[in-house]
Amino acid sequence: MAFRGVDFLEFDSLLSEEERLIRDTVREFVEKEVVPIIAEYYQKGQFPMHLVPMMAELGLFGANLQGYGAAGVNNVAYGLMMQELERGDSAVRSFASVQGSLVMYPIYAFGNDEQKKKYLPELAAGRLIGCYGLTEPDAGSDPGSMRTYAVKDGSYYRLNGSKMWITNGSISDIAIVWAKLDGTVHGFIVEKDFPGFETREIKNKLSLRASVTSELIFEDCRVPEENRLPATSGLKSALMCLTQARYGIAWGAIGAAMDCYEEARNYVAERIQFGKPVASFQITQQKLALMLTEITKMQFYTLQLGRLKDQGKAKYYHISMAKRNNVYWALEIARMAREMLGASGIVDEYHAMRHAANLESVKTYEGTHEIHTLIVGEHITGIPAYGGEN
Amino acid sequence: MNIIVCIKQVPDTETKVKVGPDGKTIDPAGVNYILNPYDEFAVEEGLRIKEKHGGEVTVVSLGPDRVTSAIRTALAMGADKGVHIKLDDTYLDSHAVASVLADTLKELPYDIILMGKQAVDDDNLQVGPRVATLLGIPCVTVVTKLEIGDGKLVAEREVEGGTEVIEASLPAVVTAQKGLNEPRYASVKGIMMAKKKPIEEKTVDAPETQLEIVKMDYPPERQAGKFIGKGVDDVPELVRRLHEEAKVI
Ligand SMILES: Cc1cc2nc3c(=O)[nH]c(=O)nc-3n(C[C@H](O)[C@H](O)[C@H](O)COP(=O)(O)OP(=O)(O)OC[C@H]3O[C@@H](n4cnc5c(N)ncnc54)[C@H](O)[C@@H]3O)c2cc1C
Repeated sequence: MAFRGVDFLEFDSLLSEEERLIRDTVREFVEKEVVPIIAEYYQKGQFPMHLVPMMAELGLFGANLQGYGAAGVNNVAYGLMMQELERGDSAVRSFASVQGSLVMYPIYAFGNDEQKKKYLPELAAGRLIGCYGLTEPDAGSDPGSMRTYAVKDGSYYRLNGSKMWITNGSISDIAIVWAKLDGTVHGFIVEKDFPGFETREIKNKLSLRASVTSELIFEDCRVPEENRLPATSGLKSALMCLTQARYGIAWGAIGAAMDCYEEARNYVAERIQFGKPVASFQITQQKLALMLTEITKMQFYTLQLGRLKDQGKAKYYHISMAKRNNVYWALEIARMAREMLGASGIVDEYHAMRHAANLESVKTYEGTHEIHTLIVGEHITGIPAYGGEN
Repeated sequence: MNIIVCIKQVPDTETKVKVGPDGKTIDPAGVNYILNPYDEFAVEEGLRIKEKHGGEVTVVSLGPDRVTSAIRTALAMGADKGVHIKLDDTYLDSHAVASVLADTLKELPYDIILMGKQAVDDDNLQVGPRVATLLGIPCVTVVTKLEIGDGKLVAEREVEGGTEVIEASLPAVVTAQKGLNEPRYASVKGIMMAKKKPIEEKTVDAPETQLEIVKMDYPPERQAGKFIGKGVDDVPELVRRLHEEAKVI
């Protein structure tokens, strides 16, 4: 049965016709193009590259930016797109998040006119693929401790260091790389054929298998002066990109959760044990009720967040709360769904376990669950508790 | 070319329809409406004709307020403008629908009128031919391939055991069969642009219907299956039962 989404409390009545149409269009795309093939790519450990031109054609890349070939939708419509993509697979949503929020957004927000004109339309059209390099082998939750650095050398910068766990790294044409220049973090646009730049794909993942994750290595990599993003202001700018991406992730998690809930609900209605559908047992119903409750809560929190974002009122800690909560519950729901499917739940014909495995990464990247807890905690108490000197 | 596509909004084929309390209509609660799938082929074909020969694609739909979302879907796919003939959500037979459409179409310039071969909700397959008759123009139904030439069209239709090639003068009505084309997705940019495209609203008097629905009923419940056994040894028993009890072989 085709995916219809979850709408317990007339959520749809709060959407505009346009927002609904956009969501339904992406839903149809995912149903036809992603769902039938994704398990195969997951097993092969490959990203389905043939989806890129289709996603571009649909207008999914950087859709909430204005101009430069971007679709220019509002943040709610953008969020609904991410929801539908992640309903297919977190890898597909991750691709769109990186391309839009972590590559197009920094160029859009911190780039000069030439950079915007050169890169943004190509990225929107999917003719260029981008990645975002912040994390390093020894700098994860604490990106301020990064070691990658740039030194000015005539009309060039020399970049040294490495970046780890970079989504799309080895399939990218450009990388947004964050590095210290005279002690301050700056952003650079590094093209794949710049001398001294190499990538290495991280194989053997047990999560996000349909997404490419790589290491980026810079050895005296020559980056022309005009490839530095001029308008960044330290680490804060890198974190601003993450805020954009985390917003999309909060919606994406709802999509994965809905898919798992739907799958589990359909399964237990048909599966007979002890002469009755598994759906008729109290423990099953408790799980279903919990799933539906959490999905419904997520929908309304995240919708309000989107409306606030459109009004320029969404704060990073609002977004942290959504990322933290939604990914946490999506993962719980995915695990519960897997459980309810019994043994069937462990094969790739069903989605729940793939979602659960993916969500392990989603829970970690873009700020771990713990880091978002601390961000909200700092907002509540005014006391930073990240450790170090803060 | 002035290309007109008549579209209908229908309940999603995935919807489990419930009969309303009056026993004559379907209960609209919880029904998800979509653009009739055969009409999607018609819209796509209209857009392809425009891309090849130039012109304008106008989509026409009749029904209550909710049908604007079907019109917007067609506009998002690339149609240029819409006409919404506003009518309450009451039962209209094919004759009534065709006469309202024909009255509206008479006032519009048209070289070709496209529609789906049928609406998947009431499956009457009548509106295309009836509109053509009311307008006094040719009609080719259930078309799987269409070429537009100078003042004429060449259409292919699937008939029992083969293909039929038909020529007709324009203007004409053509009804689309699955296989005519592969409809495009409405892109997000298309949806954004659709918001700015005009939809003209028309109000008309409720047309006369010749038919009346007296009752709607569910199909009979399926009987529980009988388990005969597994493996080769049980096949003779299965064959015997299919032959003697079910009488299907
Ligand atoms: C599939 C995948 C894709 C990724 N893609 C990208 C990408 O495209 N670009 C990019 O830059 N990065 C990317 N990352 C990296 C990701 O953002 C980091 O993994 C994340 O920030 C956590 O860093 P870490 O793995 O080094 O864990 P650590 O920071 O070493 O954390 C280990 C554990 O300690 C906890 N912890 C750390 N500090 C504290 C504290 N102060 N208080 C309490 N607990 C704490 C963490 O929550 C975690 O549980 C990706 C990661 C994955 C798995």
